[in-house]
This record gives sequence, C-alpha cells and structure tokens, in this order.
Amino acid sequence: MSAITTPIAQTPGTWSLPYRSKVGMACLIIAESAIFTIFVVAYLYYAGKSMTGPTPREVLETPIFYTICLLSSSLTIHFASRLLERGSRGAFLGFWFLTILLGGLFLFGTGREWHRLIYGHGLTISTNLFGTTYYSLVGLHAFHVTVGLILLSAVFLFGLAGRVGREQSARVEVLSMYWHFVDGVWIVVFTVVYILGR
Amino acid sequence: MRLKLRGMKWGSVRRRAVAILLLVFGLLLAADLSTASIPDDNPIPSIFEPHSTPADSIFHLSRFVLAITGMIFLVVFVLLVYVLVKYRARTTDSPHEPPQVYGSTQIELAWTVIPILIVVVLFLATTRVIRAIQDAPEPANVVEVTAIGHQFWWEFRYPALGVVTANELHIPVSDPANPTPTYLKLLSADTDHSFWVPQLAGKTDLIPGRVNTMWMDPHRTGVFLGQCAQYCGTQHAKMLLEVFVDSREDFQAWVNAQKQPAKQEEDVGAGRHVFETTACVNCHAVAGTLATGRFGPDLTHMMSRRTIASGAAENTPENLGMWIQDPEMIKPGSLMPAMKLSDSDQDALVRYLETLR
Amino acid sequence: MSSDAMTIRAAGAAGRPWVEAVQDWITTVDHKRLGILYILYALLFLLIGGLEAIVIRIQLMRPHNDFVSPQVFNRMFTMHGTTMIFFVIMPVMFGFANYLVPLMIGARDMAFPRLNAFSFWLTAFGGLLLYFSFLGGSGLYGAGNAPDVGWWAYAPLTSRAFSPGHSADYWTIAVLVSGFGSIGTATNIIATILSMRCPGMTLSRMPLMAWMTLVMSGLVLISISPLSAAQIMLLVDRYLGGHFFDTQAGGSATLWMHFFWIFGHPEVYILVIPAFAFASEIIPVFSRKPIFGYPVMVAATVSIGFISMSVWAHHMFTIGMSAASNTFFVLTTMAIAVPTGIKIFNWLGTMWGGKIQFKTPMLFSIAFLFQFLIAGLTGVMLGTAPFNWQLSGSYFVVAHFHYVIVGAILFCIFGAIYYWYPKITGRMLNERLGKLHFWLFVVGFHLTFDPMHIPGVLGMPRRIYTYEPGRGWDSWNVIVSVGAFIQGIATLLFLANLVLSYFKGRKAGSDPWDAWTLEWSVSSPPPVYNFAVIPAVRSRRPLWDQKHPEDPDSRYE
Ligand code: HEA
Ligand code: HEA
Ligand code: HEC
Ligand code: CUA
Ligand SMILES: [Cu+2]
Repeated sequence: MSAITTPIAQTPGTWSLPYRSKVGMACLIIAESAIFTIFVVAYLYYAGKSMTGPTPREVLETPIFYTICLLSSSLTIHFASRLLERGSRGAFLGFWFLTILLGGLFLFGTGREWHRLIYGHGLTISTNLFGTTYYSLVGLHAFHVTVGLILLSAVFLFGLAGRVGREQSARVEVLSMYWHFVDGVWIVVFTVVYILGR
Repeated sequence: MRLKLRGMKWGSVRRRAVAILLLVFGLLLAADLSTASIPDDNPIPSIFEPHSTPADSIFHLSRFVLAITGMIFLVVFVLLVYVLVKYRARTTDSPHEPPQVYGSTQIELAWTVIPILIVVVLFLATTRVIRAIQDAPEPANVVEVTAIGHQFWWEFRYPALGVVTANELHIPVSDPANPTPTYLKLLSADTDHSFWVPQLAGKTDLIPGRVNTMWMDPHRTGVFLGQCAQYCGTQHAKMLLEVFVDSREDFQAWVNAQKQPAKQEEDVGAGRHVFETTACVNCHAVAGTLATGRFGPDLTHMMSRRTIASGAAENTPENLGMWIQDPEMIKPGSLMPAMKLSDSDQDALVRYLETLR
Repeated sequence: MSSDAMTIRAAGAAGRPWVEAVQDWITTVDHKRLGILYILYALLFLLIGGLEAIVIRIQLMRPHNDFVSPQVFNRMFTMHGTTMIFFVIMPVMFGFANYLVPLMIGARDMAFPRLNAFSFWLTAFGGLLLYFSFLGGSGLYGAGNAPDVGWWAYAPLTSRAFSPGHSADYWTIAVLVSGFGSIGTATNIIATILSMRCPGMTLSRMPLMAWMTLVMSGLVLISISPLSAAQIMLLVDRYLGGHFFDTQAGGSATLWMHFFWIFGHPEVYILVIPAFAFASEIIPVFSRKPIFGYPVMVAATVSIGFISMSVWAHHMFTIGMSAASNTFFVLTTMAIAVPTGIKIFNWLGTMWGGKIQFKTPMLFSIAFLFQFLIAGLTGVMLGTAPFNWQLSGSYFVVAHFHYVIVGAILFCIFGAIYYWYPKITGRMLNERLGKLHFWLFVVGFHLTFDPMHIPGVLGMPRRIYTYEPGRGWDSWNVIVSVGAFIQGIATLLFLANLVLSYFKGRKAGSDPWDAWTLEWSVSSPPPVYNFAVIPAVRSRRPLWDQKHPEDPDSRYE
C-alpha cells in the first residue's frame, strides 16, 4: 500500500517554524487576556455604583509590599530560565525556588487582605457591587497565581529529582511566559482596583 | 414514486411543482387578505403602514434601503445567472482546462470602491433619520406617560393627569398644525420588555434599572395593535398592547372618567366584601377602597377595558369568572394565583368587578 | 514507521471485538478520527435541534394552537438555538478543521493531539450536560426542565428570582464547558497552522481553507472568552450571591447584553468563515480555475475578523443607546458589507471564464452564494438603526439569521460533506440522491425562510408560543411550517445517503474531483500517519503543478 499516490519531490533548504508550545501559550494568553478584560470592564463599570457600603476608599489598603514580591518574581523566573538554557541547573533551581517563594508570599498577602476585609469590615462577595467585583477580579487573578504556583512547584520537584535539564529549557520558557502574563495582569488589576477604583 | 419519476421528464416534474407551489401561495394569500379586511381598523400591524412621524420616517428610510439593496441584489443575481449559463461545462468543450486567471487588481479595486460609496450613502441616510427621531425637539404641550413593563402586563401612569391604567393605552391624536405628541417614559418592574406598536413608532426596550424614552404623534384616530417584543418569560406571547388614539374630546372625556374613584354600588356589597377580604387587595388597587396593591393591574376602571390580562381574553363576565377561578386556563404562566373561591363568592365577586367602570 | 506495519495493524483490527473498536475511538488522539467524531456528534445534534425546530413549527402552524405549553415552547427555542449554534455548527467546523488542516498543510497530526482529544470530549460533555437538564433541571425535588431563557440568556431573567431551580445553570455550565473545549481546539489549530506546515508551505501558499480556519480560530480566542467570563459572573451571582446582573442591587441588565454580544457577533462570523472556507475550496475545483484574487480573499477575511469585533451593539439598537452610539454601530456594521462583498465578487470571478461542473458540492456552493447574498442584504437592512427599531425582535430577524445559518452555512456544510466524504470514507456519495437532497432542501429552505420575513414586517415578534388570528400572519406561518417539514425529509434523505454510500458507494480513489490541494495526494481514507514522506510544495496548488508540469503555478507566484 502506498500512501502517496502522487509523490512530491522534497526541496532541500532550511525550513524553520515557531515552537508550537510557545504558539499555544500565546493563544492561551490571548484568551485569558480577553477574560480578564471583561472582569476589568465590569469592575470599572460598577465602580462607585454600590448601593450600600463599605466602599473601596473606606476599606482598601494598597498592597505595595506584596506587589513588589510578585513583580520581582518575574525577574527571578527570567534569570532561572536563562540559567537553565546555559545549563547551570543548580542556580536554576535556586532562582526557581525564589520565584515560588515570592509567588507564595503574594498569595499569602491576598489571603491576609481578604481575611481583614471579611472579618474586619464585613465585606463579602454578596455585600454589595464592590464586594462582588472586587473578590471576583482579585480572586480570578489569585486563582491564576495558584495554578502557576502548582506548575512551578511541579517543575521544581522534577528539578530536585534531576529531571530538568537543558533539553527542557524551551518548555520551561513556555511556563515562564505564563508567569510573566500573570504578573502583567497584576499590574492592570492593581491599577484598576487600588488606583482608579478608589 | 421512483417509477413515476422515471416515466416523466425531470423538467416537467419541476415545472409542475413550481406551478403547484405558486397556486398554494396565491390561495393562502387570498385567504389572509379576506380575514384581514375587517372594517374600521386594519388589524394588521404592518410597519409599512405608518400613522405617526417616527414610524413614517422609518418607512421612508426603509424604502430607500430596500431600493438600494434591491438593486445590489439584481446586479449580483444577474451576474451569477450569466456566469452559470455562459460558463457551464459542455460536452462539446475541448478537454483542456480553461485559462488559469489568478486575479486582476483593477477589477478588484472597482468592487471594493463601489460598495464603499454605497455604504457611505446608506450611512448618511441612516444618520439623518436617527437624529430626526432621537434628537427631535420636544414641543410644549406633550402628553407624558410612564409605561412600566411587568411580567406579563403593562402599567400606564399619567403623572400630570393623575390617571393609572393598564394594558390599553389611550392617547390623543396629534394634529400636525398643533402637535400633541405623547412621550413615553419606559421602566420595568422585573425583566426586559419592549414597547412595540409598529404603526406608531419603532420599538424601545423597558429595562430594569434604566429609564428609556420614546415618542409618537399619531396622525389619525383608531386602535393600533402591538405587543411586547423582548422575551420576558413564560407569557411573553400574551403581553399584547392596544393603543387607542382618541380625538381630543374623547381623550379628555376618557381622562375625566378615569380620574373618578370607583363607584360604590350597594347591591354588590357582598362581592366587594369578598374582594376586600381576600388576597386581591395585596396585588390590586381600586381607588377609593382599601385595595392599594401594585403587583397586578389597577382595577378601578377595569370594565372600561376591552380585554383582560393584556389581551389574553375578551373582557366578558364568563372570562372574568374563569380568570379568577384559575388564570392558568386563560394565560398559563401568569403571575396571578388561582384564587379558589366558592362558586357563590366568585359570582358575587364578578358582579362587583362588573361595576368598576 | 513503515507503511507495512500500518497495514498489518489495520488488518488485525477487523477481527477484533467491537468493544475494543469503541475503546479505540474513545481514546483516540488521531486528528482524523477526532474530526470524524466531531462531525458525527454534530450531525446527531442537528437531528435533535431540527426536531425541536419541528416542534416549534407545529406549534406555530396556526394561531391559538396548543400542541405544547408556553413553558415547553420556550424551552424548545432555547434548546434549539443553543444546540444549533454551540453543538452543531461549531463542532462541524472544528471537525472539518481537524480533519483537513493537517492534511492540507502537509502535517502528520495536529500540534497537540492530546489537547485535541481533551477539547473534543469537553465539547461532547457540554452537549450531554445541556440535555441532561431535561432530567435534572429542577434539582432533586422535581421533574427536570430544560433552560427557557433564550440563547442569549438575558439578565435579569437568569437571576435566581426569575429562574429558580437549575435549568439556567445547565445552560451556563454546558456552554461554559464547551467554550473551554472550543478555546482548546482553536489554540491547537493556530499552533498547527503556524508550526506544522510542510517545507515550502509559506503562509501565502496555504489553501484558503487554512487561512480562514486560522482567522476563525483567532476569533474564537478573543470572543468565546468574554462569554466564558460573563458566564462565570453569572455563576457568581447565582451561587455566591453576587450582584453583577442583579438589577435590585444596582447590577446592570445591559452589561450582560454587551458582554453577550461582544461574544455573539464575532460568533456568527466564527460560524460563517469556515463556510466561506469550504466554498473557497469547492468553487475553484468545479470551475477548473484557481481562486480569483487569493491575496484579497485573505485580506478580506482578516478584515472581517477585525471589523466584527466592533459591531456587537447592532443587536442592541433598541435598548435606548444615545444617537451617537447608534450612529457608530451603524457605520461599523455597514463597513462589514465591503470585505464580504469582495468575497462574493471574487467567487463570481473564479467561476467567470471557467468550465463549471454542476456536481452536488458545487450545487450547494452556488445556492450558498445566492442565499448568502440575500441574507447579507437583509443584514444591512437590520443594520440601519431606525429600520432595526421596527425589525428587531421580530420574525424578520429570525428569517435573516436562518438565511445565513441555514441558507449559507448549512448549505456549505452539506457541500463540504459531499466534497470530502470520498476522502474520509474512500467512497463517493450517491450523486442522484445527492441532487435530490439538494433540490428538496432548496425547496424546503425557500418555503420556510422566504415567507418568514413577511410576518416580521407585519409585526410578529419572535419567541412567542402563540399569536392572535387575523393579523395577517396566519397563512405565512402555515407555509413556513410546511417548508420545515420538507427540510426535515431532505435531511433524512441526506442521512440515508451517508449510510448507504458508506457501504455501497462507488470507490473514490485518492483524487475523485481532480483537485489541487495536498489532501488529495494521499489515499482515501488517508493512512494514520497521513504522509509517508512529508511533502514539499512550491505553489498554492501543489497537485496542479504535478499534473501540469509544463505550466506550473509556481511560475506565477
Ligand atoms: C451566522 C452568520 C451571520 C452572518 C454572516 C451575518 C451577517 C450580517 N448580519 Fe446578522 N445575525 C446573525 C447571523 C449572521 N449575520 C444571527 C444569528 C443573528 C441573530 C441572533 C439572535 O438575535 O438570536 C443576527 C442578527 C443581526 C442583527 C440584529 C438584529 C436584531 O436582533 O435586531 C443585525 C443588525 O445589524 C445583523 C446584521 C448583519 C450584517 C450587516 C451582516 C453582514 O455581515 C452581511 C454582509 C453581506 C452582504 C452585505 C452581502 C454581500 C455584499 C455585497 C454584494 C456588496 C455590496 C453591498 C453593499 C454595499 C451593502 N444581523
Ligand atoms: C445553526 C443554527 C440553526 C439552524 C440550522 C436552524 C434550523 C432551523 N430553525 Fe432555527 N434558530 C436558531 C438557529 C438555527 N436554526 C437560533 C440561534 C434561534 C434563536 C433561538 C432563540 O430565540 O433563543 C432559532 C430560532 C428558530 C425559530 C424561532 C423561534 C421563536 O423565536 O419562537 C424558528 C421558527 O420557525 C426556527 C426554525 C428553524 C427551522 C425550521 C430550521 C430547519 O432548517 C431545521 C431543519 C432540520 C431538521 C428538520 C432536522 C432533520 C430531520 C429530523 C430530525 C427528522 C424528523 C423530522 C421530520 C420527520 C420532519 N428557529
Ligand atoms: C399575587 C398577586 C395577585 C393576587 C392575589 C390577585 N391578582 Fe389579579 N392579577 C395579578 C396579576 C400579576 C395580574 C396580571 C396578569 C397578567 O396579565 O399576566 C392580574 C390580573 C387581574 C385581572 C385582569 C386585569 C386586567 O385589566 O387585565 C383581574 C380582573 C384580576 N386580576 C382580579 C383579581 C381578583 C378579583 C383577585 C382576588 C380574588 C386577584 N386578582 C388576586 C396578581 C394578583
Ligand atoms: Cu414582556 Cu415580552
Ligand atoms: Cu451581529
């Protein structure tokens, strides 16, 4: 059985195409951006439209420290993947761990803020429009951080087991794309919630 | 079936089918027109028979748009038929492939530029009508009505005249020399609805938490039909609208009658007692009694209305009785509960309701 | 892998018990099998959705009919619309994309085969979940009921107050889940097209089908996600007591409308662009000419994609927007007529000077051209805002969009099935049955959807389970219903053809239509690995080059 009834001659020469996982991640990021855009639009649309308190001005505190943590984790993951490309696995693991630590810290910050809002100010997702939009937007972001942390930790564990080497650097790069995206989204969320929304 | 088809030539089968279809079409049309020719008011709410300025401007625009799109259709259709006839493969053709043409910049430019020009023309014509309707200056003596959409009926309030009614809107005719247009403020008590009386104006939605407006200035008296045009729940279908365009005198008389509180007739005291001691008063208002509910239609002058439950049934004693016994029989899904009264109570109640003129 | 090994495996498969065959299909990650699964799944739902349409049409055949209750009727059109859009047309399009794109660009599979399977099963699960609502829609305490909120699920009808029970949740979650499936598939298609092309297959040499699928997938990414976001908000409202669309607590009903149509309008182009793709493959082959103005076709598709992002509010002309907003959306809506017109003219240009063969796929494509022209023009009427204030929410709209969805898209899908069935199964569909199916469907279609415009003009709103007699709507509704039955019979004929030809059809050979794209260079059905040797191409029509070495396309590009 011949598969090709009309064989076509092979042309020699170079033929290079983008790495498919990178393209896939870019697509995912586009779709995710659209989701976040809708949540941001809802947040802005409802800013100041709550019929009862508490208002953002009364209860929100700007999480400067945790923001710095998250943003610097973008740097550490960048270094980590560069180091892996060069083949220094130990340093890669170090920076990778730092990234997880910083991300975890950020998540802890979000948790603390929520705890304060819920128990200190009685603001829940059903209190008013501010509560609804705030918890949804920040929660959606926190969910993405959590997913990212799980993936990062998995890579970290594989790394400890010695399974992550230079050959994996392209894949690690794809994961770091996601992490950069999560950080970038935070800049938007931060601006919207803590600056414009007040 | 197969044999028959084989016996006949395909062409003749097709021709016969087309003839039969045309005949059926014609007969049905004739039937429709004969039921439609009820005297007095034409009950067909066609958008192409406008009787008010907004509907009329739209009608003019639509004729223009139809003409242009009709022309586009003709041109492209003729081209298509020409191509199909001229360039169909024939057995007498040479076995070679036809000349391979890949494109032509000039031609493609032409069929980009011409549509752009047409679009510009359509756009300008549309913009003018949008402005004419939405930004029309409001004259001095307008009739103001607040229309509130409910599942599944209409509440109409005339704040300046002190009138509250339901389902059947009365407005004065507007004489172009001395216009008295009606301005509607559109609100909703629950879900989205849409106010649509095709012969008077285009539709505008009634949306909870939002105030919309629309206006109309009917040029002649008569009854104009319409209905809710935005899906609002189970009984969206039976949320009909009737607009009574009255002469100025008739409108004034109607307003005066509506302003009266309900008559207190002695011989229906029993029915009134039933009414006032049942849940009716929680949902319905009757001016001058302790019934002040607003969940259902105001019943103060309900006998002045032609229909009950937003056009679901004619306003007759039998229908009223049926309605009170169980609204599901007339309008399944309506939000009025079955009242489960005894027969005697129900008869008394209906007799009372009949005095609410 | 050598081709002998494959033959041996295939021969062994014949003797295996059916359980294993089923398991093979369920666990498959082969793009061709997943494509077939998508298509079969969609055909199944076409029957279900069509049956719902028949119920709608029986109920509306005469005024004051009581074939079904208003509650059931409302469920019928909600399920009909949701099923047809999300579980018929989208899966068919993904199915063809899955099956054909790798073959057309000379790849052995999709970029992410397992994601591909996962996405299909998400979509499949979504459809099953939607229909499970008939059993579980009221929760544990009663008989089921399907959602009855319309396929737009406008707020606040979907809030707990107006939709108690779980029927609205079934709509939300089923569509959300299948939406994730669609995003997965779109990602996969984009990655495949960008990263898996065979040597020489530059972007400007890809078949138009690949280009249009690419644009469609891009649209899926940016427009399904807003719907998913809005649905997540709706779930927050319904389950966590949020107020996004709660009009009592300051939430906005119009915000949902905006979110829905930011999805909804691009969605209709997601549905129609693959239909354009089919026409762009079929028309050239049966006119024996290359597509006229390839670069312009690509540019028009891309610009339709972009413009379609900015026209959504033409579904909301009646909500009381300002004159300025209305004007803006009129302009963008009409602008779309320009690139779309370019396509119509380019298809005409392709047929011009050709030798048109009226095979069944071509018949469907010609009917598509004619019907899409009319549908587009009624779209332009709807796009002139004041005219829309009269027509919106009426049967004119229903006629407009069935004209596109059935008259253009479904016709193209039928055409595509007649065209590629030989490739997929190795056998030709019966041409006589095909022509009968075509003519019967054309008659049924025009009988249904031509007269349907008229009750709209005469003031008949959509989504009503019954209507008053004497308003001039009665006879039109009879004709419309008769037409729907004829469409149903034609569809059954089509199914019969699919089944009969599978067993009895003429053997197709690898290239029955004398076509030019790569999928026709492999056997029918293609081997599991598609290409024994990855091909290399030098023009848009690699097989033309091969069949006409004296005058190859590559000379002109
Ligand atoms: C599935 C595919 C599809 C496609 C391709 C289209 C194409 C178009 N549609 Fe349609 N539409 C729907 C599916 C589709 N639609 C659906 C499903 C709904 C209703 C949803 C619901 O309410 O449930 C809807 C509803 C809808 C509305 C809202 C109606 C309402 O509810 O009030 C409007 C209003 O503007 C509209 C307009 C258009 C326009 C302008 C086009 C244009 O793209 C058409 C462009 C094509 C042409 C114009 C023809 C060819 C061009 C030429 C020959 C060039 C020359 C022409 C000119 C210069 C004019 N559509
Ligand atoms: C892909 C999209 C698609 C397709 C293909 C169709 C196909 C059809 N549609 Fe649908 N329709 C929609 C999408 C679609 N529709 C949408 C989005 C809505 C809006 C919903 C809403 O308002 O929320 C709608 C609404 C809608 C309405 C308006 C309901 C209302 O507003 O009250 C009507 C009414 O006639 C209708 C009719 C039909 C008919 C007759 C067909 C026919 O073409 C169907 C033909 C197919 C078959 C008949 C099935 C095949 C055969 C069998 C199952 C065998 C059994 C049958 C017989 C023996 C006869 N549709
Ligand atoms: C729970 C609220 C409720 C109660 C109690 C109730 N109604 Fe109603 N009623 C309604 C609603 C809502 C409608 C409008 C129904 C519709 O058109 O869909 C209505 C409509 C009517 C109408 C038709 C009005 C019109 O002009 O169309 C009449 C008459 C009526 N009710 C009488 C009564 C009587 C008499 C009782 C008591 C025995 C009663 N109702 C109790 C809610 C109620
Ligand atoms: Cu009110 Cu539909
Ligand atoms: Cu649209």
